[in-house]
Amino acid sequence: MLSKEDIAKRIAQEVKDGYYVNLGIGIPTLVANYVSTDISVEFQSENGVLGMGPFPFEGEEDADIINAGKQTITTMPGASFFDSATSFSMIRGKHVHLTILGAMEVSENGDIANWKIPGKMVKGMGGAMDLVASAENIIVAMMHTNKRGESKLLKRCSLPLTGVGCVTKVVTNLAVFEIKNNQFYLLERAPGVSVEEIKNATEGTLVIEGEIPEMNL
Amino acid sequence: MISRKVNNVKEALNGIQDGQTIMLGGFGLCGIPENSIAELVNKNVTNLTCISNNAGVDDFGLGLLLQKRQITKMISSYVGENAEFERQMLSGELDVELTPQGTLAEKCRAAQAGIPAFFTPAGYGTEVAEGKETREFKGKMHVMELAYKADFSIVKAWKGDEAGNLIFKGTARNFNACMAGAAKITIAEVEELVPAGTLNPNEIHIPGIMVNRIFQGEKFEKRIEQRTVRQK
Repeated sequence: MLSKEDIAKRIAQEVKDGYYVNLGIGIPTLVANYVSTDISVEFQSENGVLGMGPFPFEGEEDADIINAGKQTITTMPGASFFDSATSFSMIRGKHVHLTILGAMEVSENGDIANWKIPGKMVKGMGGAMDLVASAENIIVAMMHTNKRGESKLLKRCSLPLTGVGCVTKVVTNLAVFEIKNNQFYLLERAPGVSVEEIKNATEGTLVIEGEIPEMNL
Repeated sequence: MISRKVNNVKEALNGIQDGQTIMLGGFGLCGIPENSIAELVNKNVTNLTCISNNAGVDDFGLGLLLQKRQITKMISSYVGENAEFERQMLSGELDVELTPQGTLAEKCRAAQAGIPAFFTPAGYGTEVAEGKETREFKGKMHVMELAYKADFSIVKAWKGDEAGNLIFKGTARNFNACMAGAAKITIAEVEELVPAGTLNPNEIHIPGIMVNRIFQGEKFEKRIEQRTVRQK
């Protein structure tokens, strides 16, 4: 079974040379730590920066330079700042190649729910609805099951949706899936996890074709 | 040169009344018009509808207006960690309209640009689209969203001149640039106000025509919400 860091490490393999990438809060943020240094990648944060760098050294933080998680950050050579409308022009206009975000539920037709639990305090969708509605390449990073041990890969989402038919890939602590033809295609297993375990933990329709390899971390 | 300069925050906020709709720039606590918010608290205007991406924290930003129950409706994309906000929302004292962030930005930009409505794919198939017109373009469904209508827009910039020209710094540009000129009257508070002719016209982010009143803020606390650092 994968740790959160391992999930991020596996997703980092999906980041290719020349990609502009938007990372959500949580596991997706960790992906930046594992992207190969041999390729050129720029991270976009929807509050208005492209070319995000690591956190600043103590004493060098600047209140005017933050990411969408409101954390102080730095910028890389070639970075730019812009307003919020321009930021979402990049997203809606499909200039950002890859969006990586967390989810509470994903369904076999690619619907995603990650912003609201009825009866609980709603904090808002932030930029998630804009991101999932426009990006062509959306990878979800999440735990395979919820706190009650129930599958988060479902036939239909039960929670209010963030977007419909948009998720293309899911990486969980158990496996990697591609979503197509309204089904979850099992691509890789986490080291030491059997196909049987994945089957038992997945409510949505699962397609298993041939021998399923272990992921290479 | 047409001067947009006013002498202080009091003059700048002249005319703001109970029941009005006010846009306020900022993302989290980054780039918020702190001097104007303090003056809104001071003026004690109530029954306000505020359009702002976030709602501040308990003791800073729009949280200060919430504490005094000056806001009755909040239009935001994310309302974060704010206990008083949560209490008022759950008790029904505060009406909250959650809007996808890109849609919120574009509703401001549309108001600024005189575009009454636009179509966006964001929110299609979700509760955000309920009751809204939808339409297919190039095989994909979109939701019609209307431009905001606001009485005042209050933005914060790094530098400005007497002509109302604005320059922002870092990610403090955020919604400030989209909200300038998006309401009947735009107020800009700046960290440094300089005479016309001092700023390089090539480097202006928002031209003064979008700003009706500009003043230099007395002090800027510029609080950091999530101070995150790494070790040397």
